[in-house]
Amino acid sequence: MKKSFMLEELDCANCAAKMERAIAALPDVTRVTVSFMAQKLVLEASDDRFDAVLAAAQECIRKVEPDCRIVIK
Amino acid sequence: MKKWYFSLTVKQRKLVLRIALAVVLFAAVFTVEQLTTWHKLVYLALYLLPYFTAGYDVLWKSVRNISHGQVFDECFLMSLATVGALVIGEYPEAVFVMVFYQIGELFQNLAVEKSRRSIKDLMDISPERATRIVNGEEEEISPEEVCVGDILLVRPGEKIPVDCRVIEGVSSLNTAALTGESAPVDVSAGSKAVSGCVNLTGVLRLEALCEYEDSAVARVLELVENAGFNKAKSEQFITKFAKFYTPAVVIAAVLLALIPSLITKDPATWVYRALIFLVVSCPCAVVISVPLAFFAGIGCASRRGLLVKGGNYLETIAGAKVAVFDKTGTLTSGRFTVTELCPAGGLTEKQLLTLAAGAETYSNHPLGVSIREAAKDMNVAKPVGVTELAGRGVKADFGGGNIVWAGNAALLRDVGVDFEAEKDDASVVYVAVGEQYAGAVKLEDIPKKGAAKALAALKKIGVSKTVLLTGDRRAAAQKIGDAVGIDEVYCSLLPQEKVQKLESLLNKKAPLFYVGDGINDAPVLRLADVGVAMGALGSDAAIEAADIVIMDDDIAKLPELLGIARATRRIVLQNVVFALGVKFAVLLLASIGLANMWIGVLADVGVAILCILNSMRMLKK
Repeated sequence: MKKSFMLEELDCANCAAKMERAIAALPDVTRVTVSFMAQKLVLEASDDRFDAVLAAAQECIRKVEPDCRIVIK
Repeated sequence: MKKWYFSLTVKQRKLVLRIALAVVLFAAVFTVEQLTTWHKLVYLALYLLPYFTAGYDVLWKSVRNISHGQVFDECFLMSLATVGALVIGEYPEAVFVMVFYQIGELFQNLAVEKSRRSIKDLMDISPERATRIVNGEEEEISPEEVCVGDILLVRPGEKIPVDCRVIEGVSSLNTAALTGESAPVDVSAGSKAVSGCVNLTGVLRLEALCEYEDSAVARVLELVENAGFNKAKSEQFITKFAKFYTPAVVIAAVLLALIPSLITKDPATWVYRALIFLVVSCPCAVVISVPLAFFAGIGCASRRGLLVKGGNYLETIAGAKVAVFDKTGTLTSGRFTVTELCPAGGLTEKQLLTLAAGAETYSNHPLGVSIREAAKDMNVAKPVGVTELAGRGVKADFGGGNIVWAGNAALLRDVGVDFEAEKDDASVVYVAVGEQYAGAVKLEDIPKKGAAKALAALKKIGVSKTVLLTGDRRAAAQKIGDAVGIDEVYCSLLPQEKVQKLESLLNKKAPLFYVGDGINDAPVLRLADVGVAMGALGSDAAIEAADIVIMDDDIAKLPELLGIARATRRIVLQNVVFALGVKFAVLLLASIGLANMWIGVLADVGVAILCILNSMRMLKK
């Protein structure tokens, strides 16, 4: 499953790159992009584990930028 | 100034106020220091006031991030550098660097936001609302609520919410947002109205053909929004570079602080130089320089109806050496034109054409449709009965024993007509009245207007070879190839053979792009280094398979696309060279004692801002 989310308070380009690396290293992640310009997270992960992966991704993001949040519609 | 302030977000306003306060405090403390001779620590305490005012959040964030193991964090490096400056007694310097860093961050933030907004505006095609008619009453709903079959009302100035068919009304539509084409398209009852187009002149009553999420506008938006998913090689390179750059510069800073200090016994000088290294080690300016340029390039392309699915495709097509084309629908319009009428048995040309058009009244075959098109202004008699003879033609009964045959040579031979067939007659329609030969209508698939010019333009900007792949016969293929200026023509190819042929053309050193209409060449589109689909507005398969989509079917957009790709590549290169060049220059100057900390900050935030401005030039194109 591939889904895209808006990111709030993503303030720096290098942080986006760091988040991307951290999330890509998570288990069950097929592909991930954190775009600073688009302020977006595009996550591709196995269907049954998607929610768990998303939670783990939020944790990775928080470690890099404490105020940055994934907006879940 | 006031207006500017109120255009900011709350967070930005807070930062502006803090910076202003810090500057005032700094000036006050600086003046006091000049006039008095108190103990050093008193001045430190005083300077800490503007220092914390400007940078408390940076310090706090760096503390938080250290606990998360983020050693090479921008905030941490900046904190370390300024705290270091305080420790070695450079109080004004520390405060100034922190203030300047914050000003830079604010400007960078504003510039990125502005560029984001201007690109978003370019893509502002999503309809905001729809007006549905239920039992004669109008009701306002959001486009997502529209169901198939709903009757909608669209007034001039409003956007078509979903893909619709016009039931009533005459108007023209502005399709610019989707296709980049500025000439309006006229619509009337029965025509299709594509979502996202702006209704210009008349009120239209429409029937919804699909739901919002299946409509053209939603598909296009999804595609553009996900463009960031496919990163260009240069973007991957720069983030990877940043990963090593920061630790390397920090290590260099540590060495610079230690080794020369031990040798020269002058730690203050070398620690100060090392602190400049820390300031310069922040990688953000470098990291932002590349994606920003691609973002702007993709935005610029979108405005012209060229949808690019990722920076990587823009990067590849910029260096493309080989252009491969499909014929029908790409180089030719896919519609035939009557080029010659050869009447027999004493008929005039016009009589032959009306006879053929009458016989083809109900035909769906491209040749039949084109003949009808050619005779549309003439008085054409309609048959009372028609029999379609698949693969051969039609038998039309005009009543009173009047039978007209129109089709290929085999059909007329079967009927027993005495005539002479042409040699190469795949696009010839023979006509007979009863057993009496009436003549032949010759048609041709003509090249699109501007195709030859577009191909010449491609050659001029560096495409070294153009190739045509088609399932058509040699004569027809060669004719089109010659007309538009193709170097190599491969004809009579089955779909599978097209794939094999393209495979044989693939070459790492000379990237190729394939241009097709996406209707039956999806595998070829996928296989090519860059697959470009033309005239894809409304075709799911093409949007799905292609890497770049030209929304209308104007082939002149191709050189434009390459132009944008190359301009983007140039800006990427300029940004990278500039950002890295300045960083290394400052590192060099700092190590020999010719730079101070302010220049270090300027190298970081100033460079980022200049890269942003440079990238924004794309939007002016």
